[in-house]
Amino acid sequence: METLIFLIFAALAVASSLVVVIHRSPVYATMSLVVTLFSVAVLFVLLGAPFLGALQILIYAGAIVVLFLFVIMLLNLQKEGESAGRRRGQIWVAIPGALIFIGMVGLVFWRAGAPDLQPLTPELVSLKGLATALFSDYLLPFEIVGLLLLVAVIGATVAARRAPDAAEGTGLPPREDFVAEDTARKEARS
Amino acid sequence: MSSVPVSWYLMLAALLFAIGTVGALTRRNGISIFLSIELMLNAANLTLVAFSRQLNDHTGQLVVFFVMAVAAAEAAVGLALFIAVFRARRTIDVNRLNLMRG
Amino acid sequence: MTSELVATLLKYAVMFGVFINVAPIMNWVERRACAYIQDRPGPNRVGPLGLFQPLADAAKFLFKEDVTPAAADKLLYLMAPVLALLPAFTTFVIIPFGPDLTIDGRTIPLVVAPVETGVLLFLALSSLAVYSLVLAGYASNNKFSLIGGIRASAQLISYELALTLSVLAVLLPVNSFRLADIVAYQQAHVWNFIPQILGFFVFLVASFAETNRLPFDLPEAESELIAGFHTEYSAMRFAAFFQAEYTNMAALAALGVTLFFGGWSLPGVHISGWLGAVVGLATLVAKICVCMGVFVWVRWTFPRFRYDQLMRLGWKVLLPLSILNLILVAVMTLAGWL
Repeated sequence: METLIFLIFAALAVASSLVVVIHRSPVYATMSLVVTLFSVAVLFVLLGAPFLGALQILIYAGAIVVLFLFVIMLLNLQKEGESAGRRRGQIWVAIPGALIFIGMVGLVFWRAGAPDLQPLTPELVSLKGLATALFSDYLLPFEIVGLLLLVAVIGATVAARRAPDAAEGTGLPPREDFVAEDTARKEARS
Repeated sequence: MSSVPVSWYLMLAALLFAIGTVGALTRRNGISIFLSIELMLNAANLTLVAFSRQLNDHTGQLVVFFVMAVAAAEAAVGLALFIAVFRARRTIDVNRLNLMRG
Repeated sequence: MTSELVATLLKYAVMFGVFINVAPIMNWVERRACAYIQDRPGPNRVGPLGLFQPLADAAKFLFKEDVTPAAADKLLYLMAPVLALLPAFTTFVIIPFGPDLTIDGRTIPLVVAPVETGVLLFLALSSLAVYSLVLAGYASNNKFSLIGGIRASAQLISYELALTLSVLAVLLPVNSFRLADIVAYQQAHVWNFIPQILGFFVFLVASFAETNRLPFDLPEAESELIAGFHTEYSAMRFAAFFQAEYTNMAALAALGVTLFFGGWSLPGVHISGWLGAVVGLATLVAKICVCMGVFVWVRWTFPRFRYDQLMRLGWKVLLPLSILNLILVAVMTLAGWL
């Protein structure tokens, strides 16, 4: 039963990751990434990490990919056009390189035999153990990651905002000016 | 008692990583490169969780936790940079973003 | 073994029955309630008190012409209503609806999916609701739909934070993600909404925003954006969005009553066995009905928030309040009061 689930979701993960890499339209690639992330989350649960599986869906599929979608729609990215020549050459290096990599990894495992997965122990699956380790042994990395996220929020906000003295614009004065003008006019009248 | 050997999970992770690398190297759209990078990060996560199960140690799962947080931060900052670049150059095609070429 | 199988099938049937019937019943309730509030009769022609109105609506949806915009992105356009239904239906699996049944020596928890990551799974699956909005808006090839879709998803992800933090505060004294443990804790102590009233109000407001209900329904506002992200959908596809919205409401209402109002339990009532299960289910459904009534009541009472007011409320008011609530609950838990 477990083998069946593994095979189905592994095949789904590989198929959807191929679509991510090959499809021309960015939106379709992003939705395939969601399918891949979902399959990997199921595999996490199979491996005895249900908390990580739920987190994967919550963070990756529920937030990061949504961010990708937003940016794609904000920038109105179209499907990729035909090859422009320069990047095409890299495909002749990338695919053989990937095949060699997979071949090497496969060789290693073929030589090493196929050790079965260790049985699931309650300590591994329990959330308490994970949380205790997180807040005792790994407290410093935890705090640093918090700081990193804060820095990322600030950096993203600053990087994506419009320049304060934008030369572009619609030609209309900003909203505050309307109010100020209106108030000034009312006062001048009275 | 599982009948799936751990090497199958690791092979799958290697396969996903390879596919992600091919994508990162051959796509012209910046966002697509980013998607391939996320794929690679997921492959690494899968490896970590597989080993965490095999060695019966929490450390792998904790590192995955941190990797997810870092991936989120990286996605946010990277996409913000893409927006800024798009505003300046009106394109995300990495072939055309070559101002710093020597 | 047989009675265990029967119990499992009954669990699935109960959950299915709950979420498949929500939309038609709520349709009738909403229209009659809004008519009452607006001092007019409402649907009263189809059957007594207009009770068969949802049937008439369903028949209309079945026979209406299905119009697909010519330049729409076909696959995404067709996928969006399905994606809307997915989180709405799957989030019900972790809600407990009764005390544990003991049959032939085995204890059967009355939850469809008694996983250890209960509430987290709910939050994870409900965060997938964003996709249907964004894809519907994008695939319709219509500027108003796109704006509606983007606004809706921005609203959803903003209020998700406040929702998650207010839920987290409930989990602190209980030390568990399972909803069954939360209900047990509330049976042993007091209903959570009394010590965590701030968290309850944050949850309430955030759940209005999460389900795109007034006063936060600008994304599908009729007077602003035609119908927002589902402008270009007709007949059964529109019915799918409709159903998804009501089912989402019911799911969040179920989560809210389980987290803050004791779920299936009544204070002082401890019946076990099949009778206890039935009483528990009836209590849960009654509480969900009250909560949905509040949803409907608020919808026809308050005006709509403008989009920037909505975002300001989410980020500058609700998020700090939920963090404050979390700190307060943490202090109370450490002090031993909770």
